[in-house]
Amino acid sequence: MSETRVKNVEKVVVRFSGDSGDGMQLAGNILSNISAAIGNEISTFPDYPAEIRAPQGTLGGVSGFQVHIGNGVHTPGDKADVLVAMNPAALKTNFKFLKSDGIVIYDTDSFAKSDLDKAAFTTDDPFAEIGASATVQIVPVALSSMVAAALADSGMDNKSIMRCKNMFALGLICWLFDRPIEQASKLLSNKFGKKPTILEANLKVLTAGYDYGNNIHASVSTYRIESKSQKPGIYTDINGNRATALGLIMASEKSGLPLFLGSYPITPATDILHELAKRKDLGVKVVQAEDEIAGVCTAIGASFAGNLAATSTSGPGLALKSEAIGLAVMAEIPLVVIDVQRGGPSTGLPTKTEQTDLLQALYGRNGESPAVVLAASTPTDCFDMAFNAAKIAVEHMTPVILLTDAFIANGSAAWRIPEDNDFPEIKPNYVKPEMLEEGWKPYKRDAESFVRYWAIPGTEGFMHRLGGLEKDTNTSAISTDPANHQKMVDIRKNKIEYIANCIEPLKVEGDESADTLVVGWGGTYGHLVTAVEELNAMGKKTALAHFRYINPLPANTEEVIKRYKNVVVCELNNGQFATHLVSKIEGLQVKKFNKVQGQPFMVEELVDFLKNL
Amino acid sequence: MEYTAKDFKSDQYVRWCPGCGDHAVVNTLQKAMAEVGIPPHKIAVISGIGCSSRLPYYMGTYGFHTIHGRSGAIATGVKTANPDLTVWQITGDGDCLAIGGNHFIHEIRRNVNLNIILLNNKIYGLTKGQYSPTSDRGAVTKSSPYGTVEDPFIPAELTFGARGNFFARSIDVDLVTAKEVMVAAAKHKGASVVEVLQNCVIFNDQIHKYVADKEFRAERTIHLKHGEKMLFGKDMDKGLVLDGLNLKVVKIGENGVTLDDILVHDETTQDNFLHLRLAMMDGHELPLAVGVIRSAEAPCYDEEVKRQMEEIRNKRPDKTLRDLLLSEETWEVK
Repeated sequence: MSETRVKNVEKVVVRFSGDSGDGMQLAGNILSNISAAIGNEISTFPDYPAEIRAPQGTLGGVSGFQVHIGNGVHTPGDKADVLVAMNPAALKTNFKFLKSDGIVIYDTDSFAKSDLDKAAFTTDDPFAEIGASATVQIVPVALSSMVAAALADSGMDNKSIMRCKNMFALGLICWLFDRPIEQASKLLSNKFGKKPTILEANLKVLTAGYDYGNNIHASVSTYRIESKSQKPGIYTDINGNRATALGLIMASEKSGLPLFLGSYPITPATDILHELAKRKDLGVKVVQAEDEIAGVCTAIGASFAGNLAATSTSGPGLALKSEAIGLAVMAEIPLVVIDVQRGGPSTGLPTKTEQTDLLQALYGRNGESPAVVLAASTPTDCFDMAFNAAKIAVEHMTPVILLTDAFIANGSAAWRIPEDNDFPEIKPNYVKPEMLEEGWKPYKRDAESFVRYWAIPGTEGFMHRLGGLEKDTNTSAISTDPANHQKMVDIRKNKIEYIANCIEPLKVEGDESADTLVVGWGGTYGHLVTAVEELNAMGKKTALAHFRYINPLPANTEEVIKRYKNVVVCELNNGQFATHLVSKIEGLQVKKFNKVQGQPFMVEELVDFLKNL
Repeated sequence: MEYTAKDFKSDQYVRWCPGCGDHAVVNTLQKAMAEVGIPPHKIAVISGIGCSSRLPYYMGTYGFHTIHGRSGAIATGVKTANPDLTVWQITGDGDCLAIGGNHFIHEIRRNVNLNIILLNNKIYGLTKGQYSPTSDRGAVTKSSPYGTVEDPFIPAELTFGARGNFFARSIDVDLVTAKEVMVAAAKHKGASVVEVLQNCVIFNDQIHKYVADKEFRAERTIHLKHGEKMLFGKDMDKGLVLDGLNLKVVKIGENGVTLDDILVHDETTQDNFLHLRLAMMDGHELPLAVGVIRSAEAPCYDEEVKRQMEEIRNKRPDKTLRDLLLSEETWEVK
């Protein structure tokens, strides 16, 4: 055994892979949390099989979990430095995610002939069969037998003992990357505190894995990962769906309006429903409706009744909600619609990510039906954007569609828990008692912002009728007058356009003085910013403008975009944002980089494309 | 405070066709609301699309004229969000039983505390005369020029199929019964369905004539009242008895039948067997039942949501989002 070499690195990517029941996500989560606690940035992404319970050891049953830790971490990483493969099926499906000079750690006990057969290997050399080059370091570990040995005296049955395999792998990874194992013990104590036998077994195996690395001085390098100081505060890790749910709760606290969610389960948005259903402790009401339409309609009813109302869905559900969103446009009531985008059209690729609902969100309604459209850029930004969506909805009496996607919804990152004053108050545009004497009408509105005043049922004196029929601008009664309709169409448009004055301006990142501006929106931020950083580091000057406000666009959009000679819109669709941007900025010519594979961008492919422009 | 029907009227001009049954329904509803005595600002009237769904505009309460078929879902949201409001849902046979069928059965299954008025004229009026889900088999309409080849829903049967706990029926021209059942619906806790047999003077005139016509009404309908004998007829000398599992009309004094033999109406039984038999009577062999047919107690959705939340919330009423997050797995950066 050679002397252990220590490499200093900025960041590393570890991918755990095994059967769905192998606890890969737990191992990955603990690794990312320990790393965050010692000052690394983190980004993680789970990769579940589509089948709920595929047979053990088969290709369909493999579940993966990728962890990216270090400095300048904006994505879960294109490819892994280390792949942990608990069985041949995991190796086969995940090897393509390993860098050409990466390390594979695999459990030799799970690589018997029968295991190889299950994974459809035809020879007894799986590594040759998948084409592993000489630069890949292969680390065989008799993982199962060492776990069995470590727990021989535990009195646990074999099945329970084998459930601890993930901790051996984690222990070994902790040794490899110099992670403090005490921190892992603390996290496990929180998780298994109520089951002392299981806790003890997990801790024992974790230590065994760590010691194994330390004792054998396995012939691989160990790593020291750079860390830098972050903004002080209390942190947790959070995925995009949970952040979205909690952002709405923050908006409820800051507006004084009770939160109501009407929703119907749909992948990949369902975790928002799950999270809010748990939050009765914070006063959240959730109706699991009979269908997508009822999801949005119960929310519209709740909004009419004076709640902060939201509905959560994915693409096909947004299609079903279109007519009702039009009603919210017409009745001018606050409504937050969350669309966690997935691969489409139709049922499409339910568990995969895309940005293909943008034009549906902007235009997928009958009539001239303007709504606000926002997009969250990262898992933690989902919190901010859900809050902003609610704030705009309530303060401007309009439906707001928030676009996230499967990638940021399931991915997680370290998140600083907001302090009490980090988020502003939300101020609903309520009616005031004196308005009654001034001849209040339900569609009477603020002269500048065009926002109508909100009278909540139960308020004496302000009884009124809303509806989907066109109303007279003055009397608020039903009207089919042609000139009045034109006027109302214009008012509804101007009301949404006015919001451009209330949102943050577009900012430019990277090298502002570049000729080339990369334009992106929503969940591709991590990949785009990493690509732009890499381009600038290699001397190719590049700027980045990333949009979170889609409709209206920030007020300075045209001014910023026109500063650049080349504008390249990169998005996970066939050019929907490019179409939108060109429609808003006269004479604008853009280049496009599009990908519609149900997968996020790879930083590498972005850099390759952009450097040759 | 005492209210009159006027307190529940809006200033809007009523635009239904002259002679339409809806006029009677809106007037009766306003009278019923005055009798119940809930102030107008604590009432929300929610409707879908169709002739009858224009009704909220004529009410001096809060109101929301929504989209086709969805009034049940929207009303569910209103009531769940704010159980202090009294919520009326106004719907028609097309709005409620065709496009809105799913929401209708689920609001009943959940037993949301709503009062649903279903105006049944067995036709689509606002789209000018197509058959509806309650049109009789063979109905000749603009969209069924050769007669329909499908059976209708019977609203009561659907209500009971969805495990409904309140069903009442009235006829538009019978203002007394209409008001009686609306008041009963308002007082019942849970989803209350009131079917009003309503005449469309333009596209389906006299569709309910067989039971609605004053000349035959006493003989062809029976007004059910809780705790009272099931008697009907001009001279109140006919009654209902059970013959095996079926209802049968008997005449008091004939074949040794006495008043004691006649069934007594109990609207409150949990078992809905007899309620269903009564509701299925159509005025031909057996008289059509009007009045409250079923009014049984059951937990209400909106109250249960509220109760559950208060139970959890009361453990720590001042808990905030930050408290929640700090109680979970965290680390500190200094």
